[in-house]
Amino acid sequence: MAEFLSLHDAVARYVQDGATVAMEGFTHLIPFAAGHEVIRQGKRDLTLIRMTPDLVYDQLIGAGCAKKVIFSWGGNPGVGSLHRLRDAVEKGWPHKVEILEHSHAAMACAFEAGAAGLPLAVLRGYVGSELPSVNDQIKFIDCPFTGERLAAVPSVRPDVSIVHAQKADRAGNVLVEGIVGVQKEAVLAAKQSIVTVEEIVDDLTALPDYHPNACVIPGWAIDAIAVAEKGSLPSYAHGYYPRNNRFYKEWDAIARDRDAFTKWIDENVMNAGGNA
Amino acid sequence: MSNDYTSAEMMTVTAARALENGTTCFVGIGLPSEAANLARLTHAPDVVLIYESGTLQTKPEVLPLSIGDGELAETALTTVSVPEMFRYWLQGGKINVGFLGTAQIDRYCNLNTTLIGDYREPKVRLPGGGGAPEIATNAGEVFITLKHSKRAFVDEVDFVTTLGFGRDGKGRDGVPNIGRGPTRVITDLCVMKPDPETKELTVVSMHPGVTARDVQEATGWEIRFADALETTPEPSAHELEILRDLKERTARQHAGE
Repeated sequence: MAEFLSLHDAVARYVQDGATVAMEGFTHLIPFAAGHEVIRQGKRDLTLIRMTPDLVYDQLIGAGCAKKVIFSWGGNPGVGSLHRLRDAVEKGWPHKVEILEHSHAAMACAFEAGAAGLPLAVLRGYVGSELPSVNDQIKFIDCPFTGERLAAVPSVRPDVSIVHAQKADRAGNVLVEGIVGVQKEAVLAAKQSIVTVEEIVDDLTALPDYHPNACVIPGWAIDAIAVAEKGSLPSYAHGYYPRNNRFYKEWDAIARDRDAFTKWIDENVMNAGGNA
Repeated sequence: MSNDYTSAEMMTVTAARALENGTTCFVGIGLPSEAANLARLTHAPDVVLIYESGTLQTKPEVLPLSIGDGELAETALTTVSVPEMFRYWLQGGKINVGFLGTAQIDRYCNLNTTLIGDYREPKVRLPGGGGAPEIATNAGEVFITLKHSKRAFVDEVDFVTTLGFGRDGKGRDGVPNIGRGPTRVITDLCVMKPDPETKELTVVSMHPGVTARDVQEATGWEIRFADALETTPEPSAHELEILRDLKERTARQHAGE
């Protein structure tokens, strides 16, 4: 049953050093506030899973929280590189980070398989790609019915998943609207989960625009809920605020330089209060 | 007006014209997205654009900076989860054309978006595969668009992120239940198609004013030219107007104005 905690307490309780953590949100609803709290609490040796590491993992990697990153597209969307990810992989700053890379299709299937309680995901994937030669977690199996050769990857089963959503109600039920990515799968695949939300309402089902097919994660399938207003900026929350595309462009110059990055983290994360 | 256009506009208009009205297209971000939306706003109003963020049949007013901009969801018929997008809509065989860009491409249309150099000691780390490896094999066919340069058109890609026709041109032979693969590559200099037999990229159409030498100097291998080489039709005034309007309102929106 979802417990309402402060963001500080939720991260302190559920994110342990050395844990495998998935912070999801496909471009939309990226849990930046939670990522910043992980940085403030100085968590270390995390295995970070995300289809698109985006700026949030660039920040965690640069701040020294990551031991390993599992991902499928590691760029700054529409802008270019994630310079902290690159610096860690190419030059080992602030320390060497191990990477394991997939395709989007494989990771999406792996999250879904995790939610379904299966050990693996099967897909018609990686045909002719050299990714299997650098990722030993990609295997091929023969279909027992047709003999077709298919790709298999282990399911994603994080110790903790963290996602951001628009609303939770008093019972802890969470509503996700717009691009839903793999957030529901991430929560259901994880041993424990934290959901940060823009606001708490009394009862989701009593909202005038509630729809019976809305993407809702029941409170009893979530461990902790924390309110984090504007908690996905510079990403966005459909219906609340737009993506700060300008900041995504500005990040390129900040992240390119180690000192500029460290200064940014100091000013905007470490010394910016508990909700930054 | 008709002669007053840039090579980048020539590329986008030519790429847009490749998309037929009514096609279902899985769109990559950047140049493919620009071309696909130009097609939708000109000759192909019923083209169905699908982005990997789960947005189905979307009609963005401005070009998205990211693959999951709010604009895509707000103008979509519906938005599905990312697993559903890749499993049902792409792998399920509902996509006619996958439209991709790339960092490197070789003569057999293999694409590298992973890295330059050696995998364990990369000189330049690129973003990685994203949706491309499965778009390229599960879509009916694949269009590729990118700027023509020796850095991009290389003799051997450093890494095959995404299958064209394999390092020997035979990578799709005998593989069941996959698409035809790349059928055309559109650059700012020319249009290329894989040879029907060998799968080696062959220049079939040159943009106006471009010479064979220009193309060769921007290609990292001895590029083949078709016997019946065509000249690509110039952009129309209408296409240029729509494209410039689209790019102008996109730039305004991305600047946060």
